[in-house]
Amino acid sequence: MFDSSPPAYGPWRGPSSSFVELLRQTAPEHLPAAGLDAAAGSQSAGAVDIVHGTTVLAIRYDAGVVMAGDRRATAGYMIANRRVEKVFPADELSGVAIAGAAGPAVELVKLFQVQLEHYEKIEGEGLSLEGKANQLGQLVRANLPAAMQGFVVVPLFAGYDERRGRGRVFSYDATGGKYEESDFQTNGSGGIHARNWIKAQWREGMSRDEVVDLSLRALFAAADEDTATGGPDIVRGIYPTVAAISAGGFETIPEAIIAARAEELVGGREEGEGL
Amino acid sequence: MSMPFYVPPEQLMKDRADYARKNIARGRDLIACSAAEGIVIVTENQFRTLYKISEIYDRIAFGGVGKYNEFENLRVLGVRQADLKGYQFAREDVNARALANLYGQTLGQVFTHEMKPYEVEILLAEVGATPADDKLYHITYDGTVMDEQGCTVLGGRAEAIAEALGTRYQPGMAGADAIRLCVELLAGPEGTLGPDQLEVAMLDRSRPRRAFQRIAGDALGEILAAGAPTTS
Repeated sequence: MFDSSPPAYGPWRGPSSSFVELLRQTAPEHLPAAGLDAAAGSQSAGAVDIVHGTTVLAIRYDAGVVMAGDRRATAGYMIANRRVEKVFPADELSGVAIAGAAGPAVELVKLFQVQLEHYEKIEGEGLSLEGKANQLGQLVRANLPAAMQGFVVVPLFAGYDERRGRGRVFSYDATGGKYEESDFQTNGSGGIHARNWIKAQWREGMSRDEVVDLSLRALFAAADEDTATGGPDIVRGIYPTVAAISAGGFETIPEAIIAARAEELVGGREEGEGL
Repeated sequence: MSMPFYVPPEQLMKDRADYARKNIARGRDLIACSAAEGIVIVTENQFRTLYKISEIYDRIAFGGVGKYNEFENLRVLGVRQADLKGYQFAREDVNARALANLYGQTLGQVFTHEMKPYEVEILLAEVGATPADDKLYHITYDGTVMDEQGCTVLGGRAEAIAEALGTRYQPGMAGADAIRLCVELLAGPEGTLGPDQLEVAMLDRSRPRRAFQRIAGDALGEILAAGAPTTS
């Protein structure tokens, strides 16, 4: 795979800072969802039980943005995995949360991470948050043929915008359309329930701890209503993944803290009060 | 029909080598040393953003002396190959040895086939878990790859600096001491070099993934001000 011929870049052909372009030229079989559209042929993905990730969310707070996801992956009516991770760092200052077909989504995140780091190394400075969000949109769009077969990948992207000094949240549709959300967004099968909960509680200027609590409550609400979303599993000790992104960087909140918060928050409505 | 003049291959290679060596010697030297905290890389550089030392991958750094546009090409080649390999296999499968061989092939190819050789020398440094696991590769303009222990010097004054370095370098010395020693040797017996004239980077062993860190400005000033290297 090593091409030892001297790199020849001229004014007409500079070295591209895009890793995706490099991969497309040298090893297109490694692109996410490569062959999925062809392999599926005339069959739709409904004929195979593909693994789906379910509920994820991103919420803005006073110093950045919190991203969270439940831990369940389903294949049809089966639970495929109880401990799956759906929130990933994209780079130091941004993160991606995935819902939809888990296989292509995880590959897409991996490619996105390399893409951002590759750009940073070649160019000597990182992309703007807007630039990162556009890059992810292009990757989602490249997945469209597979999406048409049922392998839909719709990530949430959020990060800290150094130039604007605030957290920002972006959502996508299957065609790669990018939509900036003013304050929060959810995704996946339980997303609508989580979103309603957040909508009722969110206000400007919330602290990080308040938003972490809000995201846990919203995920519990989603798990309450949606079979595909995993609730807090106190017996096995499985709790949602929560990460906070601020000027200080991407920080996954330790499981022990989430466990303590989750156990304190469970109760009230989950026990039947008001339902 | 005119016949080209016959030039013996020995002469041809010697001319090319002289040409490359002469131009490399006009630039500044670069020193890399394996220290307790990681690998330190120090060079003289009057430019603030045109780097001679850069990150290639998680544990691997690149250093170049000579003609900027030529080693910059090689740096980009290295980043591309490292990222491709890490994506196709796993991040831990990317190592400096394969990249050093790639650079050797590329420079060797250019040296024998192109109009003129590249006027560069390249350093590839890979930080390990302990100083004994560190790897330093020195690749010259003709594609010769050397695997160096402890420290290596690139550039026109490499031999003189390496000789002085050999007597004062201690395996496992502190990073700050190593930086001061490198700066002193680069400056020479009479000269001094301030933070503004230096480019310093470290592959920090303790960092979880991306080990590469630049040391500049006040941080570098403090290290340099802390005094002469200890020889304990």
